[in-house]
Amino acid sequence: MPLSLPEVKRVAWLARIEITDAEAEAVQGHLNGIFKLIEQMLSVDTEGVAPMAHGQDLAQRLREDRVTEIDQHALYQSIAPQVEGGLYLVPKVIE
Amino acid sequence: MLNATLKQLSLQLAQKKFSSAELTQFHLDRIARLNPELNAFVTVDAARSLAQARAADAQIAAGKAQPLTGIPVAHKDIFCAKGWLTTCGSKMLANFVSPYDAHVVERLNAAGAVILGRTNMDEFAMGSSSETCFWGPVRNPWDRARVPGGSSGGSAAAVAARMAPAAIGTDTGGSIRQPSALSGICGLKPTYGVVSRYGMIAFASSLDQGGPMAKSAEDLALMLNVMAGFDARDSTSLERPDEDYTRLLDAPPTGDRAKPLSGLRIGVPKEYFGAGLGSDVGAAVEAALAQFEKLGAKRVAISLPNSALSVPAYYVIAPAEASSNLSRFDGVRYGYRAPEYTDLPDMYRKSRAQGFGAEVKRRILIGTYVLSHGYYDAYYLKAQKIRRLIAQDFVDAYEQCDLIMGPTSPSVAFGLGSMSSDPVQMYLNDIYTVSANLAGLPAMSIPCGFGEGNLPVGLQVVGNYFAEARMLQAAHRYQLATDWHLRQPAGVE
Repeated sequence: MPLSLPEVKRVAWLARIEITDAEAEAVQGHLNGIFKLIEQMLSVDTEGVAPMAHGQDLAQRLREDRVTEIDQHALYQSIAPQVEGGLYLVPKVIE
Repeated sequence: MLNATLKQLSLQLAQKKFSSAELTQFHLDRIARLNPELNAFVTVDAARSLAQARAADAQIAAGKAQPLTGIPVAHKDIFCAKGWLTTCGSKMLANFVSPYDAHVVERLNAAGAVILGRTNMDEFAMGSSSETCFWGPVRNPWDRARVPGGSSGGSAAAVAARMAPAAIGTDTGGSIRQPSALSGICGLKPTYGVVSRYGMIAFASSLDQGGPMAKSAEDLALMLNVMAGFDARDSTSLERPDEDYTRLLDAPPTGDRAKPLSGLRIGVPKEYFGAGLGSDVGAAVEAALAQFEKLGAKRVAISLPNSALSVPAYYVIAPAEASSNLSRFDGVRYGYRAPEYTDLPDMYRKSRAQGFGAEVKRRILIGTYVLSHGYYDAYYLKAQKIRRLIAQDFVDAYEQCDLIMGPTSPSVAFGLGSMSSDPVQMYLNDIYTVSANLAGLPAMSIPCGFGEGNLPVGLQVVGNYFAEARMLQAAHRYQLATDWHLRQPAGVE
């Protein structure tokens, strides 16, 4: 089922990736080739098969409810594009 | 120093034949000479490496050496290492100096190994050719007009060109095994959960696994001994007793000494020898299987009926997980931020459009689509069910055999640029490798001959869960009887 150009643009919007019309057209061709490959699996009968999320069927490990991390915000924020007073700065969201 | 095994290097360090600082400098000199052409390393910091080497020398002098103390190891640029530029092959992280160490890096540091530098890779490990790197493509030391494989192509080329005695890589769909095969070295992807993913920049979390790349099975075992171990910070890390992966290597063969692998049943899946496999690769793999039989192993014909579905299922699951994992790159907390934007959504969209390369964007778009409303059941859930069928094929096969062997990759190394315009053709390169990731099984590649253009061919060995020691034993016995793993490319002496 080929993706239309508006669908490609919508997916790029969902993924928060800016895309030009020319890029969308090039990407459309590639994505449709890939989906043709993927669609080989659609005709397989998987009735009653339990989905497998990862390689080891294990229960989620729980940990003790205690603090294990130390405050390292200064270190971690030293590599941020823009910070002030321990806060990450982004363009104004609310007028 | 050039062709020594890790064990020999360790012994010579202990005997003071040379120091770790000298060994490290030797490899730094080789990098300076060979890397401008091969582009296997993206970051080298001689002062930092030599400081670590001198600390290792002090440990050795104090009689506190461990097996890897003083050994220089090349790190794929996906493992966070404190104070090192950690770019994951992307413009998005071109300025990212990691504030912390990955668990694997912590363990290698604690073992006294030296970080020799950071190796080039496909952007965010998405590729089979090491051509999608922001830092330019890696070249294959055997033929510089060809790719080294990917995504751990820099690590593979570094070991193949003897710029590093050993390296570490990651494998999501074949990214350790395929470059090992195409570059004529050995590489092992452990059972999912054996090596912690903490600090390994995430691509597809249910498939990603770190592992060693080196010249021999014995070297891989020594590396894995250090890399494997429980880590509470990775929720899928397995709590298991410590295992010595070298323990079976030197075990005296019981019975006939000429047949040290007697009793070993090798399953050969018919699906791995069909259309699409290069006749040169097929011939080398057949010869290797015959050698294993000579060593006493028994060949068993098996079937993995759902093999053909592994690439389609993988290219739903891996991009789905990638689209989720890579949503963290938004230009806010670290990494690339676009210089100009109008508002917050525009900042996200421009930072991601400018920071990611074409292949990464493609996979994010596939992943976003298959997880989006109305398509989740048709694609993502369907792929997870197929994944179960593929894993069950292996469960059934291991009723009849102990190890599975076949080709790692359908062809020898292909030409630079020859597949980069056709993603589907590139993805089909992973046909023999992705199923081990989907099932979570350990798998390795070892050199087993040469094909077209006198380029190396890799034999893939897939084990049952936690069969690493058995796989390494079989590979080691093969390497004692053959010398494919000792061959090295011309022009790197």
